[in-house]
Amino acid sequence: MSIQLTGATALRVLTQLRRDRRTIALITFVPLILLTLLWAMFLDVPVMPGHEAPFNSVGPGIMGLFPLFIMFLITSVTTLRERQGGTMERLMASPIGRADVVFGYACAFGLVAVLQGTLVVVYSIWVLGLNFAGPVWALLLIIVLDAILGTALGLAASSLARTEFQALQMFPAVIVPQLLLSGIAIERDQMPQVLEWISDALPLSYAIDAIHYLTENQSASEIWSQVVILLAFIVGALILGVATLRRRTD
Amino acid sequence: MEKFDGPAISVAGLRVIRGKNLVIPDLSLEVPRGALVGLLGPSGSGKSTLMRSIVGSQIIAGGDITVLGLPGGTAPLRHRVGYVTQAPSVYMDLSARENLRYFASLVNAPKTDPQRVLDTVGLADCADRPVTTLSGGQLTRVSLAVALVGKPEVLILDEPTVGLDPILRRNLWAMFRRLAKEGATLMVSSHVMDEATRCDRLLIMRGGGILFDGTLSELLKQTKAKDADDAFLALADAADAREAAA
Repeated sequence: MSIQLTGATALRVLTQLRRDRRTIALITFVPLILLTLLWAMFLDVPVMPGHEAPFNSVGPGIMGLFPLFIMFLITSVTTLRERQGGTMERLMASPIGRADVVFGYACAFGLVAVLQGTLVVVYSIWVLGLNFAGPVWALLLIIVLDAILGTALGLAASSLARTEFQALQMFPAVIVPQLLLSGIAIERDQMPQVLEWISDALPLSYAIDAIHYLTENQSASEIWSQVVILLAFIVGALILGVATLRRRTD
Repeated sequence: MEKFDGPAISVAGLRVIRGKNLVIPDLSLEVPRGALVGLLGPSGSGKSTLMRSIVGSQIIAGGDITVLGLPGGTAPLRHRVGYVTQAPSVYMDLSARENLRYFASLVNAPKTDPQRVLDTVGLADCADRPVTTLSGGQLTRVSLAVALVGKPEVLILDEPTVGLDPILRRNLWAMFRRLAKEGATLMVSSHVMDEATRCDRLLIMRGGGILFDGTLSELLKQTKAKDADDAFLALADAADAREAAA
């Protein structure tokens, strides 16, 4: 693995992305529009005295989902395109290391994820008036980790797909179970025991745990174990992505 | 770089199975250094599979491949062997220059290399346009240019002239000749038999095996044919007759 080759790859991926104005617009505005929609849904819901407005309790969790979804899809489709276009075969016949390719992609999309996450958080708090107990930087940290997780899972999933159809089907296969079991729909400890165990094995659960903690507490002191677990999942998915990349194919 | 006098490429007992098909049963060949070798044969005869095996992209079931004295497809060879896949494989949303800059950085080529190869393939005029806006022939040349950055000692070119007009084909073959004169070893595949006239040596493939290995004049003498096309047909008929007899 070389910093120079990883950097060259990240730069190349970012240059490609910069050319694609429509994708940039979709990455930037779709999460903001969806959050606005969520905010508007609750506008006429009466708030009981002493209770939190529903947008304040639901919003942060949903904010953690968009970057995961979007980065997963973008990463799995672009890397698959690289495999199908023959450039991956070309790269694999060149001196570049497999880790350089995967980490180059992760760095480029990770950067995009940071920008997207920042925009989502800034917009929710200062435009939609999200009332959030914990520190804003901690929320931002979790959302950015979610986005990088999406990139890492997308890299790993794309190596299992042979066609773009299959790559898109990886979304319901990999992401939707996490959406259902992460504690957004119902609290994780209220699920049947087996589902709670499964939920313990899914990375998004830890992101949602951390976000729930932050919506109720003013300090970020107890999210660090979740952060470490999320990082471990990210590293694991990246290693899986490297392991599934093959110099020789059939 | 160590001095190496043996053949540039040597393949012994190569066996390749793709899916359930035995694509190359048992193939051996040698390519001398500095030669411009044409790999000819009908489509489906195993040319691409052989080339992919030499560069180390193909899973092989058996045999030994040696390139520049080193086991084929190993790390020290990856910046000494240039490879062009059959379909143009470059980043379509980047310009030719951006593609070349990226690949040049991978092989640690000098900063001037992208411009040098752009001039070599005659693409300097449209180097900064996105590759998607280029014609088919220009696209083929971008893909070829990528393999030339870093001046590799061995070039494996899979049908680089297919679908190009006669002038462009002539220019590219002149360039291959020039590269060979400068000491590079080139293996160029084609399913157009008349490209045989431009090569030092010919390898003619059929059904995953080598039908003929030698010069064009040897080929014409052996088959008593008047051109490469007829020679191939004569070789194929003779092979069929041998199989029928066996």
